[in-house]
Amino acid sequence: MAGTITLADVKTDEKSWWCPGCGDFGVLAALQKAVVDLAIAPSELVMVAGIGCSGKIGNYINSYNIHVVHGRTLPTAMGVKLANRSLKVLAVGGDGDGFAIGMGHFIHACRRNVDVTYITMDNHIYGLTKGQNSPTSDRGAKVKTAPEGSIEAPVRPLQMALAAGATWVGQGFSSNQAELVELLKGAIGHRGFSFLNVISPCVTYNKVNTYAWYKQVLTRLAEDGAYRSDDRQLAMARAMETDELLTGLLFEDRAAPSYEDQLAGFEPQPLSAQSLAMSPAQWQELLAELA
Amino acid sequence: MGDVAWKIGGDQGEGIDSTGDVMATVANRLGYHIYGYKSFSSRIKGGHTHYQVRIADHPVRAATARTDVLVALTQETIDKNVQAVGPGGAVVADQAFSPALPEGSQLALVTIPMAQIARQIGNPLTRNMVAVGASAALLHLPMAAFSAYVSEKFARKGDETVAQNLEALGQGYTAALAQMPEGLSVRLPAVEPAGRLLLTGNQAVALGAVRAGCRIMAAYPITPATDIMEELVTLLPRFGGVVCQMEDEIAAITLVVGAGYAGVRAMTATSGPGFSLMQEGMGLAAAAEVPAVIVDCQRAGPSTGMPTKNEQSDVMAAIFGGHGGAARVVLAPGTVEQAYHDIGLAFNLAEGYHLPVIVASDLSLAEWTQTVEALPYDGIAVERGPVVSAAELASLVTGFDRYRLTESGVSARSLPGQARGQYLATGVEHLPSGKVSEDPANRRLEMDKRERKLATLAREYRGTEYMGNERPDVLVITFGSTVGAVDEAIGLSQGVGQVARLQVRRLWPFPAEEVLAAAQGAGAVLFVEQNAQGQLAQLAEMSGLHHARTRHLRRYDGTLFLPEEIQGAIVSALDLAAKGVS
Repeated sequence: MAGTITLADVKTDEKSWWCPGCGDFGVLAALQKAVVDLAIAPSELVMVAGIGCSGKIGNYINSYNIHVVHGRTLPTAMGVKLANRSLKVLAVGGDGDGFAIGMGHFIHACRRNVDVTYITMDNHIYGLTKGQNSPTSDRGAKVKTAPEGSIEAPVRPLQMALAAGATWVGQGFSSNQAELVELLKGAIGHRGFSFLNVISPCVTYNKVNTYAWYKQVLTRLAEDGAYRSDDRQLAMARAMETDELLTGLLFEDRAAPSYEDQLAGFEPQPLSAQSLAMSPAQWQELLAELA
Repeated sequence: MGDVAWKIGGDQGEGIDSTGDVMATVANRLGYHIYGYKSFSSRIKGGHTHYQVRIADHPVRAATARTDVLVALTQETIDKNVQAVGPGGAVVADQAFSPALPEGSQLALVTIPMAQIARQIGNPLTRNMVAVGASAALLHLPMAAFSAYVSEKFARKGDETVAQNLEALGQGYTAALAQMPEGLSVRLPAVEPAGRLLLTGNQAVALGAVRAGCRIMAAYPITPATDIMEELVTLLPRFGGVVCQMEDEIAAITLVVGAGYAGVRAMTATSGPGFSLMQEGMGLAAAAEVPAVIVDCQRAGPSTGMPTKNEQSDVMAAIFGGHGGAARVVLAPGTVEQAYHDIGLAFNLAEGYHLPVIVASDLSLAEWTQTVEALPYDGIAVERGPVVSAAELASLVTGFDRYRLTESGVSARSLPGQARGQYLATGVEHLPSGKVSEDPANRRLEMDKRERKLATLAREYRGTEYMGNERPDVLVITFGSTVGAVDEAIGLSQGVGQVARLQVRRLWPFPAEEVLAAAQGAGAVLFVEQNAQGQLAQLAEMSGLHHARTRHLRRYDGTLFLPEEIQGAIVSALDLAAKGVS
């Protein structure tokens, strides 16, 4: 299929229901570009989308798309991948979907290492419900549900992923397309669980963490020639030092076996393509073991 | 009498379970029919526990109030259970605790130095095997069968352990023979080995799932459903499948939805609290029309309730749980054989109608052992449901309409990986194409389409099982494992009046026509169910059943329905029916 996929193939005729200027447009564009570059056929791509503005992304990419309940993209994606391991499976959602209601699944997905790519679109705010506190909102952020400023420490997704054992951790910025496309390609290509947090500013409800602000504070790992992405401790230190205001590939472990690779009796051929037939002899054998 | 109730009791954590299993397994191998009932608590060590093994020369599907031989490892066992031992029965006790029967008791007490024998053998753990040997003598069961099983059971632990257990068994047998009570009237007719299996409902569910082609099982441990996961964790990898122990039940159900969407037969198994957590995920399966099989092994609720006690109180939660009115099927097996059948049916219905199918089991069915007539290979057929063909997809001019409106309500799905089959599967209301839409007309059409599937299904499958003559004096309506005690109670009522039984096998869509037709000619109707609200009766009433002479027998104290109690209710319902006639 290499080279046969064009941008037109991965688009849908659906109108994008995001506010003009929303960071999610940049994520969509970069993802479509990455899928084209990787020559993934639309029928081989499964998007598992969460609830929130970001969860609509699946509606705009021509692929198999399952739009699930709030916070549960990762176990659903795991189910899809185990059912058909030849598919490329992407879970996508926002910071509320992933780090509030879905946090339990996030940590466990990191340590399981199923071959799924998790893309979060992080805007530090609840957009679709119109401006409430998000788990990644900065301390002091004045939002509808914290009018005097948030008194909670924000979740640090990159450090959580590293601590939980994720084998590929990176962060992109929706307005830095070139870097984001490469990060997406790296994440999708990784054999195991890859986590890419994408800073995707909300232009309507977040007047603090704006494009302009990010452009000032973000540093790029690629510009640090001494940084090595194969050291979990180094990655953790860098994430802490920068308060996660960085972009690039923070950590990858290429040697770690995926969950599926470690399952006894789990064949390379997708389960969905295997026969379910059981012979009467096999059945009698099973029953005999119980006698 | 052809029906003996043997019971062993002691402190939890003292091997009561495995001792009862030895008795049940050997008697089953000898060719008897078994019903094994354990009373246990939600802790690992301490507290009284007992295990009743009913041994009969005919099928038995319920516990009994009676005890014929009571094996007591503590005085508490005697104090709590001796009143059930009738004349002609016996109590076997360990000398170690200086057992005493209640003052004035005429019962035979066989005292055996069980712990002492075990110590002399050099393995204190063999104490219970002394008790088994003594029981074999009192029940006149052949020692050879016990020796053979014990040798097999302990083979993995080495020759010395086998020898010690055989010695314990033999000494217990000899000691009991030496003091055989004169008045002991326990006799089982000789039977021939029949090769029947002894299984729990949970085992049957696991076996049926494998037979039905289930390949992915995701769950979170919870009593009394955990065995299903533990059985499948060894079975599924042999067929290329996998069991995923998830972080919670929400993850379990949403994983099942993902796997079902991608075309693999997947299931989860849980109980009350976990079932509550799954409601939103089941709603997704209903809205996005994804096959999913959920086993709910009901236990006493609400909330944590009584985790080790039986109840049938999730009827309403199974049918109406979750928000927004989500189409689903609820099956309710009552015996081990039915559990096997229903899990196979559940996968066919889930894939045939693209919706969640709940198998509402209950703790008694899930955990207690029954001698099983057969789990026939042909009892389960694998029918995968409508999937669009590659040729149809290739010929499409526009995109694939996954949620096409059809007369049956069922529309063929595509599976990820099929070229040109891409669509949006979503819990958001959607057009036939899957695209989200809040158009009022479309909303009605798609909602009606999903509901129509249930009507189609109800036309194609029966939902009840009737036993007895038409137009009975009393019709007993029941469901789930309670059917075992009901049927036995009806047997006990023979000659008193015409009694029939209707077992509701499918709780939703409710087989209203079948229930109404059965009740129409009955003199009186008696609902027997294990919940406080009479959930089955309410369901029947909602569906139009208003019989003038209706009685209810409900149990929700955590103890089992016993045939004797139900017999009493039948007699009283017969009185009611007689009054109605006159």
